Amino acid sequence: MYRETDIIQTIPGTDEMVINVGPQHPSTHGVLHLVITIDGETVKKVEPHLGYIHRSIEKMCESLSYRQFIYTTSRMDYLSAHINNHACALAVEQAMGIEVPLRAQYIRVVMDELTRIASHCLWWGSVAMDCGAVTPFFLAFREREMINTIMEETCGARLTMNYMVPGGVMFDLHPNFQRDAKAFLAHFRSKIDEYDELVTGNIIFQNRLKGTGFISKADAISYGCTGPTARGSGVSCDVRKWYPYEVYQQVQFDEILETAGDSYARYLVRLAELRQSMSIIEQLIDNIPTGDFQAKTKAVLKPPKGEFYSRVETARGELGVYIVSEGGTTPYRIKFRSPGFSNLSALDHMVRGQKLGDLVAVMGTLDLVIPDIDR
Amino acid sequence: MSFETLANWVHNWLYETLHPTVALLVEFAIVGVLIIGLFAVLGLVLVMMERKVSSWMQLRLGPNRIGPWGWFQTVADTLKLIVKEGMTPNNVDKLLFNMAPMLVIVVSMVIMAPIMFAKGIQIWDINIGVLFVAAVSSLSIIGVLMAGWASNNKYSLLGAMRSGAQIVSYELSAGLSILVIVVLTGSLKMSDIVMAQADGWWLFKGHVPAIIAFVIFIIAATAETNRAPFDLAEAESELTAGFHTEYSGMKFALFFLAEYVNIFVVCAIGATLFLGGWMPFHIGNWEGFNHVMDYIPSSVWFFGKTFLLIFVIMWFRWTFPRLRIDQLLSLEWKYLLPISMFNILLVTIIALAGWHF
Repeated sequence: MYRETDIIQTIPGTDEMVINVGPQHPSTHGVLHLVITIDGETVKKVEPHLGYIHRSIEKMCESLSYRQFIYTTSRMDYLSAHINNHACALAVEQAMGIEVPLRAQYIRVVMDELTRIASHCLWWGSVAMDCGAVTPFFLAFREREMINTIMEETCGARLTMNYMVPGGVMFDLHPNFQRDAKAFLAHFRSKIDEYDELVTGNIIFQNRLKGTGFISKADAISYGCTGPTARGSGVSCDVRKWYPYEVYQQVQFDEILETAGDSYARYLVRLAELRQSMSIIEQLIDNIPTGDFQAKTKAVLKPPKGEFYSRVETARGELGVYIVSEGGTTPYRIKFRSPGFSNLSALDHMVRGQKLGDLVAVMGTLDLVIPDIDR
Repeated sequence: MSFETLANWVHNWLYETLHPTVALLVEFAIVGVLIIGLFAVLGLVLVMMERKVSSWMQLRLGPNRIGPWGWFQTVADTLKLIVKEGMTPNNVDKLLFNMAPMLVIVVSMVIMAPIMFAKGIQIWDINIGVLFVAAVSSLSIIGVLMAGWASNNKYSLLGAMRSGAQIVSYELSAGLSILVIVVLTGSLKMSDIVMAQADGWWLFKGHVPAIIAFVIFIIAATAETNRAPFDLAEAESELTAGFHTEYSGMKFALFFLAEYVNIFVVCAIGATLFLGGWMPFHIGNWEGFNHVMDYIPSSVWFFGKTFLLIFVIMWFRWTFPRLRIDQLLSLEWKYLLPISMFNILLVTIIALAGWHF
C-alpha cells in the first residue's frame, strides 16, 4: 500500500529507486552529494551535486593582492596545498617576469614531491578503507606524519604550508631538512613494500578493483580527466613531462602509464608514482645549490595588463591557474582549473551498470578531494 | 567441589523444598540470569578485545583512559548506551522495529544452550545438539531482515537484503562442514563429540576432510556473523551502518552485543567440533603427557581455544578488504559449496572404511 510517509519508494513503473549518498556519508571523503539511481545492487545513474563547501575562492582572490591570493589556494586541494601554491606563484612570476633563483627552484620541486608522497599515502589508505580494510589507513598515516613533521620544521605549518611566494620560497630550508628527508626516504622505501604486501597483492582487493570503473582512452580525454586517472587509461598527460616547470627538465623520472583503464590501473599508477617521487627527491636532495631562496621583488606586485596561465601537476592531475590582469594590484579575474572536478564528471560514465560497492571503490581510486571540486 | 556436584546439590535442594513445577521454574530463572550475566561479561570482554587487537594491529594504543589500561572503557560505553534514549523514528513499522533487536538477542541466547563450557557445564545436553545450533542460528536472519525492512530506510533495506542472501548461502557450507564431524563421530550430541576427541582432536585425527572442513567452517562462520571481509550487511563505507542505521541507544547495543556473542558462539562451536571443546590436548598413548595436560582445568582449555579462534576472526577483520556482493555469493556457490560436498563424500568413504584414527 502506498503511504506518503514511505521513504522506500521505487521510481513509478520500474524497480529502480533513488538513494542519496552524502552530503554526510563516510565514503564521499567530504561533503559530496551523489544522487544515485539503483536497481537492487546495480547502479543505473550517478548524479553528483556540488556546492556544499563552496567558499567562492575565485571571487575572494579578486580582492586580494598578488602576494595574498596564493594562500587561499591552500584550502582548495588541502592535500597538495604546496603544489596549488606553486601553480599560483608560477602564474604571478610569469606575469611579472620574475626569474626564480635555482636554489628556490630545487626547494620547490623537493617540497612538491614530498607533498605528492603525502597525498598519495593518504589516498592509499583511504582507497583501502573504501574497500573495507581499515588498517592500511593507519599505516599510511604513519608515513604521512613524518612528512608533516618535516614540513612543520621548514614551513612552520603541517597542512596549509603557505611556503611559496612569487619569486621563490618564504624561508630558507631548515638545517635539518636534508637529513630528515633522507631519513624519511630510507624509511619509506621499506614501508612501500609493506604496502604492496598488505594491499596490492591481496586477492580480494585485486578482485574488487580489476575490471571496475573502466574508462577508455578516448573517453578519458573527452571527459577532461588528468593525472593518474587519465594515465591509468593510457593518456600521456603529465604536466611535468609535457610542460616542464622549474627543474623538472633536469631530473630523471618516468611518466607512469597503464592501459587497462580500470580502477586497478589507476591504483598501480599512483603506487608507481610514489616510487618516482622518491627517485626525484633523491636526485635533488643532495644537490640543492647555494644562493638566494627568493628573488628580489617589489613590495607591491603590479603585473601588466593581460592574461596569464600556468599549470602544474598536482597529486590529482593538472591544476591550471588563469589570471586576467587589468594592471592593478589585485587580479581582475581568476579561474582555477581543478583536476578533481573533471575527474568527478567521469564518475557516472565509469560506474553505470556496476554494483553499489564498486561505486565507492571507484570513487576511492579517483582520489577526490571535495574542496578542490567545489571551490 | 566441581561444578557438577554444585549443580546437583542445588537441583536436589530445590526439589526437596519446593513443588516440582516451581522448582523447575526457579531453575529456569537461575539459568536465565546466568546466561544474561555471561552475555554482559562476554560483550564487555569481546568489545574490549576487539579494540585492543585492532589498535595493536594499527599502530595505536587503543582505549587507555578509564581504569587500568582502559579496561573499564566498555563499561562506560555500556552505561552511556543504557541511559541514552531508545529512539523510534517516525514512520517506521514500530512493532517490527522494536522487536528486531530482541529477536536477534534471544536467538544468540538460545544458541548457548547446548554449548559445553567445561567438563560438566552445559545447560542442555540435547541429543541433536549440533542440529539445534544450525537450526536456531538461521533464525537471527529474520531479526536482521525485520530491522532492515521496518526501518523505512533504503540503506537499511539494502543491508538487510545483503545479509539475507549472505547468511542463507553460507549456512550451507557451515552445515556441511559441521556434518563432516558428525559423520566422523556418529553423533549429533555435543558431549559425545567432545568425548570422541579424548585421544586427539578431530582437526588432527580427521585426516584431510577435517582440515578442509575447519577452513570452510571458519570462512562460513565469519560470513554468518557478518564480520569483515564479509561485513556487507553493515559495510560502513557503502551503507553507512547497514541494517542498523536507524537504531540508537540500547536497541543498537543489543545488535552490537548479539554480533559479539554470535562470534563467541560460532568460535565455541568450532572449538568444540574441531579442537576438542574442553578436552585437553591428548596424544594417543602418551600417558605422561596426557596426565600433565589434564592438570589444566577444562574451562581454561575451552575458553583458550575459543578465544584463539575469536582472535583469528578479528585478525581477518583488521586485515582484509570487503568482498563485493556478487563475489561473496560466487565464492560460496562456486567454490565453498562444491568443495564441501566433495568433502562430505570423502569423509563418508573414510568413515565407512574406518581409515580415521
